Amino acid sequence: MNGAERFEAYEDDLDGLGGLRDLGDLDDLPGHPGGRAGAWPSGQGGPGSLVGLPGRGGGGPAGPPPDPPDPPVPAAPAALEHGVLRSLLGAWALAACPAPEAAAVEEHLRGCGACADEARRLRGAVGLLRPPESLDLDPALRARVLDGCLERRPPRVPVPAWAKPYDAETARLDALLQDFGDAEWHAPVRLPRPHPGGAAARRTTVAGVVARLLAADGTVAVALGLPGPSGPDRAPAAAAPPARAGAYGRTVRFPPTRSVREPWREQAHAVVRTVSSTGDTGDTGGRTPVPYGGLTLSLRDAVLHRAFACWAHAEDIADAVDYPYAAPAPDHLHRMIDLTARLLPGALAARRRAGTAAPGPRRHLVAAGGPGRSLRLEIEGSGGGEWLIALDSPGAMGSADHEVAHAVLDGTEFCRLAAGRLAPEDAAVGRSGDREAIRDVLLAAASLGRM
Amino acid sequence: MVDTDRPPRWDRTMQQRLARGEAAALGELYDRFASLVRGLAHRVLGDEAAADGVTREVFAHAWQHPDAYDPGQGPLRTWLATLARHLAVERLRATGTAALERGGPGSAEELERTVRRASVAARADHIVQAMPVPLRAALELAYFQRRDYRQTAADLGVTEDEARRRLRLGLQLLATAHESGAPGTPPGYGGAA
Repeated sequence: MNGAERFEAYEDDLDGLGGLRDLGDLDDLPGHPGGRAGAWPSGQGGPGSLVGLPGRGGGGPAGPPPDPPDPPVPAAPAALEHGVLRSLLGAWALAACPAPEAAAVEEHLRGCGACADEARRLRGAVGLLRPPESLDLDPALRARVLDGCLERRPPRVPVPAWAKPYDAETARLDALLQDFGDAEWHAPVRLPRPHPGGAAARRTTVAGVVARLLAADGTVAVALGLPGPSGPDRAPAAAAPPARAGAYGRTVRFPPTRSVREPWREQAHAVVRTVSSTGDTGDTGGRTPVPYGGLTLSLRDAVLHRAFACWAHAEDIADAVDYPYAAPAPDHLHRMIDLTARLLPGALAARRRAGTAAPGPRRHLVAAGGPGRSLRLEIEGSGGGEWLIALDSPGAMGSADHEVAHAVLDGTEFCRLAAGRLAPEDAAVGRSGDREAIRDVLLAAASLGRM
Repeated sequence: MVDTDRPPRWDRTMQQRLARGEAAALGELYDRFASLVRGLAHRVLGDEAAADGVTREVFAHAWQHPDAYDPGQGPLRTWLATLARHLAVERLRATGTAALERGGPGSAEELERTVRRASVAARADHIVQAMPVPLRAALELAYFQRRDYRQTAADLGVTEDEARRRLRLGLQLLATAHESGAPGTPPGYGGAA
């Protein structure tokens, strides 16, 4: 028996009862998938038909109505009261009733006007259910939308230019995380080795990476007077320095879960909000020194470095779940490269102190602020440019007159190197001049990945 | 959605920050609601570029006229959703009208039906997204997972009575998408359109 025959059977019944109810308008609801006048009573019994979905059957939600599995059970209607039948209307409209109950409901609808009205209404609502479209929000849309807004009405409290990369990178990562299910949150991620030749790559998960970002961003948040990462959801070891994490094997007793996303996102928003509202937004703003990764950086550089770290970790996450992930906007990438270039003299000095850099004979003593031996760093691609790196002292000025070497790298390659994601020996570098100096600079860049 | 039950205080503070001209607030607003806004626009228009355009308009309106939002009238997300649907429907109608004027197929009545259907569909989407999580979870199990109400009750760890109640209530909420007939001007949507 198909739906049409079944319906005709009801029609006969109705006629037999003196045509008590006109159920024909059930199919005429606006937006109703079966809502064409011709669908009834000529008997297509589409998904919108009042008696078209008796009980459970096969087929997908949008498919044709299933064949009725069983004839109505005559005994059932008498067993159920009005109140119970009424409570079944939602389940019935969704075809989520076992067959005997569905039959009982349908029997009831022929005699109960109030329930029939509601049944029609609810069946119409079912036609509006649709699976959520999985729309990937184009990450570039954010900048277009926000820039368009700010052109129409210039902000009284702008986001400082030096904080925009952090604002953009955290938003990009958050958009990537948006549709992650548990499988993605717990996908394994390998972070780069903390020390060359040292321990193996650190294993964590996507949620673990976000927990690390939460903790590291927290150093900036605390410097801004914000509470820093906290809250009941935080995994105990999330804020622990990486060096301690391995001390007793796994000290993370509760591995981070997706619940880490909200506090991380909220903290990032709070950082942007706070650096914007301190009024420190001009070109000279954000100079307050803050402790950061064993160094002292200006606030603006610390926030910029967090943007860089966010991108690097987002790449790790995207790799782990096999998603594409683009490079930052060119002007943001340029700021990140510039920061790295400015950090290089300090990193070179640290390597010399540790005895790992080229020995001293070629060093020239340089007065603070004076010109010193320099390497010309040429970065190709969007966001690139040229920087003169002072080789002998963080206090020296890079000087074209004292250029001893010239290195050429692609921008993304250079950033991966400085993020510890690319070994210096694997970097494609165009070299001329003092090769020892170039090697030192590449190793110093790689050492920044441990910041 | 995490923000379904966000307290009204967040909405109020956001409005004040937008009114103060805080660019960071605009960013947060976008981060919170862009996928909702763009999703609804796309549901109405079925076109990526047009949905992006509506997204731009919605946030521009919120940024330029934050005072048009009245927290007393309901949550900010509802205001933005209404705005998105309204602007998307306007765009759909304008595009369709222009096509008719160029001698395209169809009639004005058909266009009006299409517009109305798209508007109801978008309203339904928003209702589903904004309804309390227990109701939505029950609907998802019963409709998309094809679980009957007893299985739904077991999956959710609630009584069968409660599962029936949630399914019925969820559909009752969804059925309100058919109300307020023609897509009119949403409350609080002042002037600019």
